[in-house]
Amino acid sequence: MSVAENIEIKASSDALLRGPSNAKKPRNIAQLIRWIILFAGGLLMVMPIAYMLATSFKFPFEVYNLNLIPEEPTIENYTYVLGDGRFYHWFWNSLLIATLTTVSNVFFDSLVGYTLCKFRFRGRYIVFIAILSTLMIPTEMLVIPWYLMSQQFGWLDTHWGIMFPGLMTAFGVFLMKQFFETVPDDFIEAARIDGLNEFQIWWTVALPLVRPALAALAIFVFLGNWTAFIWPLIVTNSQEMYTLPVGLTTFSVEQQVEWELIMTGAAISTLPTLIVFLIFQRFIIQGVVMAGLKG
Amino acid sequence: MNFYSNLNIGQKRVLWAWGFLAVPIIFYTVVRFYPTANAILLSFQEWNLLGDRTWAGLENYATLASDPVFWKVFKNTFLYLILGTPISLIVAFTVAYHLDKVRFMHGTIRALYFLPFMTSAVAMAWVWRWFYQPVPIGLFNNFLATFGIPQIAFLNSTTNALPAILAPAVWAGLGFQIIIFMAGLRAIPATYYEAARIDGVSRWTVLFEITIPLLKPTIVFLVVFSSIGFLRIFDQVFNMTTNNPGGPLNSTKPLVLMIYDTAFNGYDMGYAAAQTVVLFTILLLVSLLQLYLLRDR
Repeated sequence: MSVAENIEIKASSDALLRGPSNAKKPRNIAQLIRWIILFAGGLLMVMPIAYMLATSFKFPFEVYNLNLIPEEPTIENYTYVLGDGRFYHWFWNSLLIATLTTVSNVFFDSLVGYTLCKFRFRGRYIVFIAILSTLMIPTEMLVIPWYLMSQQFGWLDTHWGIMFPGLMTAFGVFLMKQFFETVPDDFIEAARIDGLNEFQIWWTVALPLVRPALAALAIFVFLGNWTAFIWPLIVTNSQEMYTLPVGLTTFSVEQQVEWELIMTGAAISTLPTLIVFLIFQRFIIQGVVMAGLKG
Repeated sequence: MNFYSNLNIGQKRVLWAWGFLAVPIIFYTVVRFYPTANAILLSFQEWNLLGDRTWAGLENYATLASDPVFWKVFKNTFLYLILGTPISLIVAFTVAYHLDKVRFMHGTIRALYFLPFMTSAVAMAWVWRWFYQPVPIGLFNNFLATFGIPQIAFLNSTTNALPAILAPAVWAGLGFQIIIFMAGLRAIPATYYEAARIDGVSRWTVLFEITIPLLKPTIVFLVVFSSIGFLRIFDQVFNMTTNNPGGPLNSTKPLVLMIYDTAFNGYDMGYAAAQTVVLFTILLLVSLLQLYLLRDR
């Protein structure tokens, strides 16, 4: 993809954030109906999330009520679920793993993307194609060999075991490579003349210029690892090592009849990402556009 | 250090480049390429995790071809795909098309549609599972009951269970597709629409002659992206049917769940590996199709 196309994507994502381009004022009836239907649809979309939150604040006798606002709100479910102790472990594991994989991805993906974009050397194209080709390999195919590998190296049931497959992603390399193309070579040349070494150039000159792409990548990696399920399910055995999604599954099976507790557990594993979204909405939507149009 | 200082600038840069790539190359070799080769190799072997890996030739693939469960699973996997992809794309496009023309509370409405994308599939599977429960518990059936409509067995029926599991998967992905569609719509130059307006072309003609053709790259991307997603469906199925993973009579079991069961409940590693190779082949064909459809770009 060319620089011009990058700029075009940037422009279209900015336009998306500014609001509709050729919207008419909602004066006519058709426009009003359109708005009402869209708004109702939006409310319908958040219904499951709203019920999850509402139920987590309800006493058992109120659970089967269709009311969204609890008559007698209680935080008893939260004190019970968090008092269980295991949720602290799961939350911590999820946070640790998602954070560390995000740091690793942002570092290595951008380093590789930069190298493949800004250095000229033999074998560059082969490395790029090789890394990109891993996008076509589904995780499901790799989980069995990863399991065998973890077993051999004693990584089963460890944080490292959960983390190691996700430390770098080809998607991130691709995304970063595209964005480094928007960094003019002159900047890098100027830094070289100033006597910076190649690592310093990448770190102090190039990286700050692609900050939006780094943020987009970080959001995607974090969210992906926070919600990852199949690999953590396979690689962990003891409850202390579970991540939130795996822990929630076992917790929910135990609580089969107590839906208010299951909803509280679900809320605990969903709330952090929802809060992050509400704070960084603009950023995240821009990231989705950038990542999506590049995929 | 002497060796380094004797190099010319170009050689130094090449050295830096390989230095930067060293760790990642080791990573991709050890964690991506070697396991891929290992999985393919394992698919021609027999192994229960404990004994030796013994050569089995094409036996795993032969077993697969004659396994009725596999064909059931194969059919389910494609059902998720051929129901999920068109439904989610049509809904997402319709919402994006109209949302693009709305100004009042635009950001809020967009956020409402996008929020489900930020949730975890596992947590939401449990929320939906609760909705689907029979009358004293489940929200949907309670709601139907207030109108005197008889209950619907959602998850315990061989015909309803698959669509019931598909619904949260479609729901969670809509926000992403809407955003991508809206970005695609914004990227269409306004001059096309102005020209159409001057020519007095009808709104439907504009939609089918300008908007949709110019959205082709976006549509192809989303079709492939969501197809791959539906072909790999697992989290929702596993969590909505934990007491009987795969639903009544395997009616909801997708390929990934079969792989998981074969490998980590049945310890039939070779057979599971053969199933992953099938999944890999299908996903590869989908990706190649994308490259083919976008070749003129």
